[in-house]
Amino acid sequence: MIVETGHYALVLALALALMQFAIPFAGARLNDTALMRVARPAAIVQFLFVALAYGVLTYAHVVSDFSLVNVIENSHSLKPFIYKISGVWGNHEGSMLLWVLVLSFCGALVALFSATMPDKLRADALSVQGLLGAAFLLFILLTSNPFARVDQPPWEGRDLNPILQDPGLAIHPPLLYLGYVGFSIVFSFAAAALIGGRIDAAWARFARPWTLFAWVALTLGIAMGSYWAYYTLGWGGFWFWDPVENASLMPWLAGTALLHSAAVMEKREALKVWTIFLAILAFSLSLLGTFLVRSGVLTSVHAFASDPERGVFILGILIFFIGGALALFAIRAGSLPTGGLFAPISREGALVVNNLLLSASCATVVIGTLYPLALEALTGEKISVGAPFFNTVLIPVALPLALLMPIGQMLPWKRGDLGAALSRLRVAFVVGLVGAAALGALYGTPFLSILFGGVAVYLVVGGVSDIVQRVTFRAASAGSVFARLRGVPLSAWGTSISHAGMGLTLLGLAATGWGVENILVMKPGDFYDVGPYRLGIESVDARQGPNYSEIYAVMAVRAGDRTLATIEPAKRNYPARRMQRSEAGIVTLGLGQVYAAIGESHPDGTIDARLYWKPFVTLIWFGALVMAFGGACSLADRRLRIGVARRAVALPEAAE
Amino acid sequence: MTRKGKRLTLIIGALAVLGLAAGLMLFALRDNIVFFYTPSELAQKQTAPGARLRIGGLVKEGSVVKNGKDVSFVVTDRTKDLDITYTGLLPDLFREGQGVVVDGQLQAGGKFRADSVLAKHDERYMPKDVADALKKQGVWQGEQK
Repeated sequence: MIVETGHYALVLALALALMQFAIPFAGARLNDTALMRVARPAAIVQFLFVALAYGVLTYAHVVSDFSLVNVIENSHSLKPFIYKISGVWGNHEGSMLLWVLVLSFCGALVALFSATMPDKLRADALSVQGLLGAAFLLFILLTSNPFARVDQPPWEGRDLNPILQDPGLAIHPPLLYLGYVGFSIVFSFAAAALIGGRIDAAWARFARPWTLFAWVALTLGIAMGSYWAYYTLGWGGFWFWDPVENASLMPWLAGTALLHSAAVMEKREALKVWTIFLAILAFSLSLLGTFLVRSGVLTSVHAFASDPERGVFILGILIFFIGGALALFAIRAGSLPTGGLFAPISREGALVVNNLLLSASCATVVIGTLYPLALEALTGEKISVGAPFFNTVLIPVALPLALLMPIGQMLPWKRGDLGAALSRLRVAFVVGLVGAAALGALYGTPFLSILFGGVAVYLVVGGVSDIVQRVTFRAASAGSVFARLRGVPLSAWGTSISHAGMGLTLLGLAATGWGVENILVMKPGDFYDVGPYRLGIESVDARQGPNYSEIYAVMAVRAGDRTLATIEPAKRNYPARRMQRSEAGIVTLGLGQVYAAIGESHPDGTIDARLYWKPFVTLIWFGALVMAFGGACSLADRRLRIGVARRAVALPEAAE
Repeated sequence: MTRKGKRLTLIIGALAVLGLAAGLMLFALRDNIVFFYTPSELAQKQTAPGARLRIGGLVKEGSVVKNGKDVSFVVTDRTKDLDITYTGLLPDLFREGQGVVVDGQLQAGGKFRADSVLAKHDERYMPKDVADALKKQGVWQGEQK
């Protein structure tokens, strides 16, 4: 009965989504306020119904209701509780339901926090959001019903794919979805602006906090996903340029560009057409990613098994929304008023260059992901483009982008003085050079690591220089330093913190060149050098977990004769799926990590092992956390806060 | 500068950056493409030794021989076989009968030297063309969806 309730709730949600699309849209065309106002309650109730359906599916997983196909295929009665909950999104049907849950959640958020928005803009935006919801609800109900039953329930389920049984997977998919589905809000706003034909600074003021919100979630989601891959897959890497990873990187790059161009639009009324285009692009790339992951057109390391029927359906959704939005854009863009003037050397100018470089990076990732598919479709040749392709293109683009970030931050709006900005960055340049020299002396080649290490240091110092200089301008006294500290707007903190965070991540990435990797056949008692440390196995043993058995090695990490830590890399065996998985042994020493994974044990008592020393590796993810924190600071800025755009309503339309 | 002049500068600047990026991309695509073949396709193509390739297929039952870190095994698509040598740890999901993808170079003498071996997350995973080939021969064992 409960399961049928969930199924029925989804059907009702579909009906509500259709209402949310049709009624406010008609209302906006007829100028009928009552019809337009249907949008808000419809969006909120639609979310409640999807949440109910989602809750029911979770309940079915928790109580191990093996009359559901979805539960049989992805759960097991002995599975730990947390994975019964996260297992709901560890499969195609459940993850699509989570997708729609997040989509309708975004719609409900807009409905709740849009009191200050003009009726028409809100009605059109929620209408587009409703249409998106309807399309995906239809997709779930027709091709991927999570509530499908079997006649004769088995006693036991097939268990969740063991690789997905990990706290990392319990957290990162919802964050990722919140990120890239979050861009649907900005997409709906852009479509609404194009439908209404009114695009001005006020639009950017409404859209920017939502962009920030999605961007923060996506940044966290990507970082956590990457850390999860790093410690569960046991190969010691954190990014594979796998199409599924690229699916989240593409909207991130477009979203980052959007974040910056929306600032220009809000502050200076410039780059309007471009900003709208990016808003469409960011979510289109999210849809493209969903299509790539869900359709089975590619066989990725992460892709769930899927069938062509779903692919065709999602392709239809993709073509309809992207095509529709772009067609609308093509029709309207020409008639949009052009924006404010600015000199090439100004904050706007720097942000234009930033957008160009980010767009080029985004295009690279899109082409690297789609080119193999296109080639296969056209010629039947199967190819792959991996890390070498992305490195060749992205490294030359990243360098000027990184150099520009602090400079742009120092330039004033409208007309800037490059000399003055550069002189404010003296300290950053010097520290960057010293940093590069120090890193080179300590770790040596490759040259690329030294170069980017130096740039990263410059980026961190340059990022915070702005705040430091604002506060200590003309050697202020202690009291006024504090007063000035409080006077710096949160959004300026946000910019500085995020840019510094990017610098930290860059340092972590640059340092991968200094990592050490050893693949060994080890005997207990023998010690091997791994970077500055020595590693050896103390014992190898077996033990039983809740739904797996494992062989684990106790390894000592030594510096000289002192034992710093013991780690326990393990090889787990999950009987329900007859699958094995590695559990890496990791210890953080300073900013770096010693990372060990074990392979097979041999009859002669030896065991295969991979040992790594990864200096600065934690900065890759810590930097991303700092970036997201910077985004959250900006989001907390009173002037940017969602729904607090009251002043904007009174602004004259499209002032030049 | 006039509005038109500025717009022109902007467009020229944008084209320069995008042109450079496109150039880099073409360069990178020419040098860093890796072709993906099944053993049968490889046999047809008569690829010269030394080429970087990616081979997809099943690990042939009973073919895995380990000697310390050195491993050799046979990848098959049930029509043709290919001998693979590899040094290092095999991934967790590597099993006989399992679909794998190996990256590496074709050696003189027809053996393949792998520098990475990938097995996929999902046990249902199999390279698409191998699955197609198996279905054609009627020896497909996966779910018929």
